[in-house]
Amino acid sequence: MIEFRSVSKRFPDGTLAVEDFSLVLPSHKTTVLVGSSGSGKTTLLRMINRMVDPTSGSVEIDGEDIATLPPVKLRRGIGYVMQNSGLLPHRTVVDNVATVPLLRGTPKRQARADALAMLDTVGLDRSLADRYPSQLSGGQQQRVGVARGLAVDPNILLMDEPFGAVDPIVRAELQQELVRLQKELDKTVVFVTHDIEEAFLLGDQIVILSEGGRIAQVGSPAELLANPADDFVASFVGADRGRRALHVERHGNEDVVVDSDGRLAGVLRSEGVR
Amino acid sequence: MNLFASAIDWILDPANYVGLNAIPLRIGQHLVFSLVTVLIASAIAIPLGYLIGHTGRGRGLAVTTSGGLRAIPTLGLLTLVALWVGIGVVAPYVALTVLAIPPILAGAYTGFEAIDRRTVDAARAVGMSELQIVRKVEVPLGLPLLIGGLRSATLQVIATATLAAYVADLGLGRYLFSGLKTRDYAEMLGGSILVILLALALEGIFALIQRFVVPRGVSGRLDTAPTLRTGSPTAAR
Repeated sequence: MIEFRSVSKRFPDGTLAVEDFSLVLPSHKTTVLVGSSGSGKTTLLRMINRMVDPTSGSVEIDGEDIATLPPVKLRRGIGYVMQNSGLLPHRTVVDNVATVPLLRGTPKRQARADALAMLDTVGLDRSLADRYPSQLSGGQQQRVGVARGLAVDPNILLMDEPFGAVDPIVRAELQQELVRLQKELDKTVVFVTHDIEEAFLLGDQIVILSEGGRIAQVGSPAELLANPADDFVASFVGADRGRRALHVERHGNEDVVVDSDGRLAGVLRSEGVR
Repeated sequence: MNLFASAIDWILDPANYVGLNAIPLRIGQHLVFSLVTVLIASAIAIPLGYLIGHTGRGRGLAVTTSGGLRAIPTLGLLTLVALWVGIGVVAPYVALTVLAIPPILAGAYTGFEAIDRRTVDAARAVGMSELQIVRKVEVPLGLPLLIGGLRSATLQVIATATLAAYVADLGLGRYLFSGLKTRDYAEMLGGSILVILLALALEGIFALIQRFVVPRGVSGRLDTAPTLRTGSPTAAR
């Protein structure tokens, strides 16, 4: 469990990125922080591995204030996946994946074998192991990034817009992979995105942030859609328009579902009838 | 007979391959003197450049100082140091180290600065200590530009090391000064040609090294690397 306790962050240049932010992120669930740029979502994510230290307030992991932990050791125990993969360009795929285990003292042979197995886990062919990142496609690089994040089998996986820079088709593929992985691995995932569709797809708990890390609403996708707290949330989740605002029309003996633009979305069936 | 031909004759004259003034001996002195100078300058400039490149602090000071160092006329500095410490090899070492520091310093810190910030940020975020970031990420990725700086410094030193003979019996410059004094222009030109050949040979060696130190996986890096040479090596500054 990760807990933010009235956390604020003011950067040296005076910008207040986050103000009095409190939140509990339950274990073994995916929490998605979603907001537009300037909402402080990346700052919040980076507070969990002490890449950013709060100006006031505290962040706790399983009840322990992380300000008391040495940053380097803390980071080696937390998976981190970022946009543009952040791979080391001068190391091969397998060496990139083995980076953190080697830092933690895993023997070389063991680290390499584990890294190869991790490539299988994220759906990468082992023949890519000795390639360099620049020889991979964007989607493959992101998979390597995820493999590196998972290499030390961390409890917590931080993902900072990991699929933001790949094309929509590959992104959809990677999102499905992550859903599958999370079912298998059951990590505490913290995911940052500005894409509400991505948030709905991946999140157990979704946190909608407005300016300065202010929480507009926290809830499951269903809660956010059914009961948006205010107009900001409603327009952010798109509850009032397009293919999220559906109504039922009767056509003969069938109920069909139509969106707000009048386009047909599907047929309404009662549960169990397939 | 024209001067160039007589200079070649001078270089090929067996009489110039014996005794204390033998050409191989002078070339050896010149090389050792230049390499030691570059080593001393590196010992000062590389750690300093890495510190500036890693922390991002002191860059302005470094730019100003190396600009200032570059502007110092080497012959003037050489004379000044020689008047202070006396005739001998110390003065040329000091003067040429000052000449060699700026390009090496620039190579060291621009090498670090040219690395994608996100790569360094990622290395830190996965749990590398600052020292590990320097050793495992910044040094290997910054190497091509550092070698560029060393290359530039070495060429300037090789060319300018002729001045060492002004205050010490050292290196190929000896032929220039004695040829000038005795109006033996064949000897002077012959000496100059030897310096040029030496510089070209080292240039070739460095070009090879630079090709090999580009980390694998970072293709095309050499082509995009900015050139560091800010002034052509000159024999008398």
